[in-house]
Amino acid sequence: MNSNWEIVIGLEIHAQLATSSKIFSGASTAFGEEPNTQACLVDLGYPGTLPVLNQQAIEMAIRFGLAIDAEISPRSVFARKNYFYPDLPKGYQISQLDLPIVVGGNMNILDGNGNEKIIGITRAHLEEDAGKSVHEGLDGLSGIDLNRAGTPLLEIVSEPEMSSAKEAVAYMRKIHSIVRYLEISDGNMQEGSFRCDANVSIKRFDQKELGIRTELKNLNSFKFIEKAINHEVMRQIEIIEDGGTVTQETRLYDADLDETRPMRSKEEANDYRYFPDPDLLPVIIEEDYINEIKASLPELPSVKKERFIDSYNLKSTDAEVLTASKQLADFYEAVEKIANTESQITANWVIGDYTAALNRDDLEIKDAKLSADDLAGLLNKIADQTISGKIAKEVFESMWRGDGSAEEIIEKKGLVQITDDNEIENIVNQVMEKNPSQVKDYLGGKGQLLGYFVGQVMKETKGKANPKKVNDILKKKLK
Amino acid sequence: MPAQNIQNMTLCALKQGMSEKEFTSLEVIETLLTRISEHGGSLNAFITVTAEQAITEAKNADKLMAVGKNKPLLGLPLAHKDLFCTDGILTSCASKMLHNFIPPYDASVVKNLKASGAIMLGKTNMDEFAMGSSNETSYYGSVKNPWNLELSPGGSSGGSASAVAACLVPAATGTDTGGSIRQPAALTGITGIKPTYGRVSRFGMIAFASSLDQGGVFARSVEDAALLLGEMAGFDENDSTSVDVPVPDYLGSINQSIKGLKIGLVRQYFDAGLDDNNAKAVREALEVLEDQGAEIIEIDLPNIELSVPTYYVVASAECSSNLSRYDGVRFGYRAENYKDLNEFYCKTRGEGFGAEVKRRIMTGTYVLSAGYYDAYYLKAQKVRQLISQDFKNAFSKVDLIAGPTTPSPAFALGAKMDDPIEMYLNDIYTIGANLAGLPGMSIPCGFVNDLPVGLQLVGKHFGEESLLQCGHRYQQKTDWHTRVPERFK
Repeated sequence: MNSNWEIVIGLEIHAQLATSSKIFSGASTAFGEEPNTQACLVDLGYPGTLPVLNQQAIEMAIRFGLAIDAEISPRSVFARKNYFYPDLPKGYQISQLDLPIVVGGNMNILDGNGNEKIIGITRAHLEEDAGKSVHEGLDGLSGIDLNRAGTPLLEIVSEPEMSSAKEAVAYMRKIHSIVRYLEISDGNMQEGSFRCDANVSIKRFDQKELGIRTELKNLNSFKFIEKAINHEVMRQIEIIEDGGTVTQETRLYDADLDETRPMRSKEEANDYRYFPDPDLLPVIIEEDYINEIKASLPELPSVKKERFIDSYNLKSTDAEVLTASKQLADFYEAVEKIANTESQITANWVIGDYTAALNRDDLEIKDAKLSADDLAGLLNKIADQTISGKIAKEVFESMWRGDGSAEEIIEKKGLVQITDDNEIENIVNQVMEKNPSQVKDYLGGKGQLLGYFVGQVMKETKGKANPKKVNDILKKKLK
Repeated sequence: MPAQNIQNMTLCALKQGMSEKEFTSLEVIETLLTRISEHGGSLNAFITVTAEQAITEAKNADKLMAVGKNKPLLGLPLAHKDLFCTDGILTSCASKMLHNFIPPYDASVVKNLKASGAIMLGKTNMDEFAMGSSNETSYYGSVKNPWNLELSPGGSSGGSASAVAACLVPAATGTDTGGSIRQPAALTGITGIKPTYGRVSRFGMIAFASSLDQGGVFARSVEDAALLLGEMAGFDENDSTSVDVPVPDYLGSINQSIKGLKIGLVRQYFDAGLDDNNAKAVREALEVLEDQGAEIIEIDLPNIELSVPTYYVVASAECSSNLSRYDGVRFGYRAENYKDLNEFYCKTRGEGFGAEVKRRIMTGTYVLSAGYYDAYYLKAQKVRQLISQDFKNAFSKVDLIAGPTTPSPAFALGAKMDDPIEMYLNDIYTIGANLAGLPGMSIPCGFVNDLPVGLQLVGKHFGEESLLQCGHRYQQKTDWHTRVPERFK
């Protein structure tokens, strides 16, 4: 991008918490149900109803706070954010303002140059989601679906410490990984369970104060975050370089046109008139409770990564990829436990063929037919030299389709590796007889022809000959 | 069967009469329904009368009693203020905004009293959304004071007070945010108690100001109030501000002596503003209590004069937010013609709310606005702390605090409607207890110009028992609470 400008980005991430019921009512949080079937009288804001805090949401917020080394407020307060909108049933959203449950924390990311960078997390607070307005298929009218109203959200606010769209995505991915590790959010971005607003501004490198920022609303894919921020940065640079000033405003990213446009300007923005919600008592959190939760935390990605490097001798980048998702890390360890291949080879398979197949078929680990046991069975056939790595790829695809175990497929297709020295020697002899001029050239000094002979042997054996033995025997014969 | 007497009987007397088979629940209910249809119109005390349902329930109660079943309130009549949600029955809050609102659930208070066997005769009139001190802000028109139909019964629970005072029903529920039980109880000559904040569930009680609202009762004796309070109170998991403290046997302990009870008399309450004769009635009442062994000690509540402005900032702020849900989208009144969303809101709320409600919503919106929050809302919260501390200090010296309930007896309908400040000052003695969350009770203590006035007793947090004991002892020695307006005898 433009080297005269320093980019300043802060993110407000909304993670929907995976509680079974809503944050202030007993209604279910199930997604995709018929409109208004997951909303009770409290969610509808019926006169006389009162909110009752879901303890599970508190526990999840604490889990998050502990995972980012933050302080858990001994006393936090819910406040009302007042504004009118048809999908906001009470005319206010219950949120937290002055006393959020999680204060201060940080997250390590890799910056554009692959160096570790710490991003500060200002706070994380609990709030309820609103419902949504529906405009399609209602013949010019608007409908309200309150199924989502009252769904618990954890809003995670970062310091303005990211300096590129790539860093913002790296940070977002890191938080995404953490909330899934902690099992406090399903992180489903298509369903809106994990989304963010980005505050973007630019300033000259020698400039001390921050530039005027714009807020990009509701970014719900890693791709959009990157594109939206890059677009917005270019837009701001153009404005300033043309002698203009950036307007502080909220903007929406239009993925189809790849541009941002203003939603509403801050001048006409609401005065939310926050004040402590008198229907809810302050949340008092005892040290013992925090310790109890601390003891139940799973191994977090950063710790797991170090352990993978230490125990399995993996490359740092591979350990990073494997531990980004708890499911993938667990899968790797399950394979690693049974497979007799070297840990790094096992990792290559999990990161390579296995992940590629998942992505190709758009599957989650739990939905794939090929289990960790299955993959380990395949790798063991490589380890005991039943098949070569190359043949293994063919077997893998069959297994992925559900054709059977490694053993069955190898048997059925006759893919067992030829390791018998005499058998290989016979084939080598045949190949040498068929190619007398190449043999002459090789012996005359064209050493690179060895590959040609290996290829010919493999062709004869349909790839089943043990490559190492073929090499050894060829070298011996061609003297 | 002494049909004429039923109307004058207390709940405790009715209960005894039914258990001794002097009359049935059906006879009681029918007698009172007849009185409501004869006098309800002149008082305008009821918004809804649930006659049919009451008769069915009375028959059931009689059947249960015939087979020896018993419940604390079985077959006993009462009325609910029209802001307690009642399943399938109009709950209007006396507002055009909710003129068509039929809740699909019972408020916890309603549920508790129903479970104890009580029979609801109807829903009583009130100030719109409980905002008012004269019951003149009701969409359904003003309620009249049974002692003089030209006068206000007080508010906001004016319908409940008027109905009980005129012997249309022996007891009724009310709510008290700044005096809305105690003030009308005083002005109509009956007993009214507002318990400690958190003692009675607010679930299903349509909110005015959440941190101040508390449900309570009107009755014609302290004994009846004790009986009812015991049945309606208790922890409710649906209300996070309700407190999990066991409910004592209020009725069982009511005869306890008040010998040695220290009663604080607030000096500040006897400043200018208090009617001389009213003051005299209060002092005489305290002499009665002294005769019963209580010790009267003068005390100070130095910041109490700040209670009215503090209250109007806090209550208005909370109401401006609580009433935001009335937007015409899901329930209640909806304007008919509008061209966009903004106009939809403006017309719905502009047409659905009355003037006093709008005034408070605007006041509340103002005090919470950016730039004014610290100067008004935050400052009011600090003063509220000071006032609470004053009470705390006082209660280190005394067991109860006594004083007048209102500055003067009932005022004429229309007299204060043009002057909101003058109207607000009517609650000057009652608001302190709401700000501090303390239990308060008003009992009749005499007449000024042939109109009843009240003695207010304020207790410690969860000190309802000593309030009731003191009030009951007083009523054992006086007969003010038995007086009935001539017209309704």
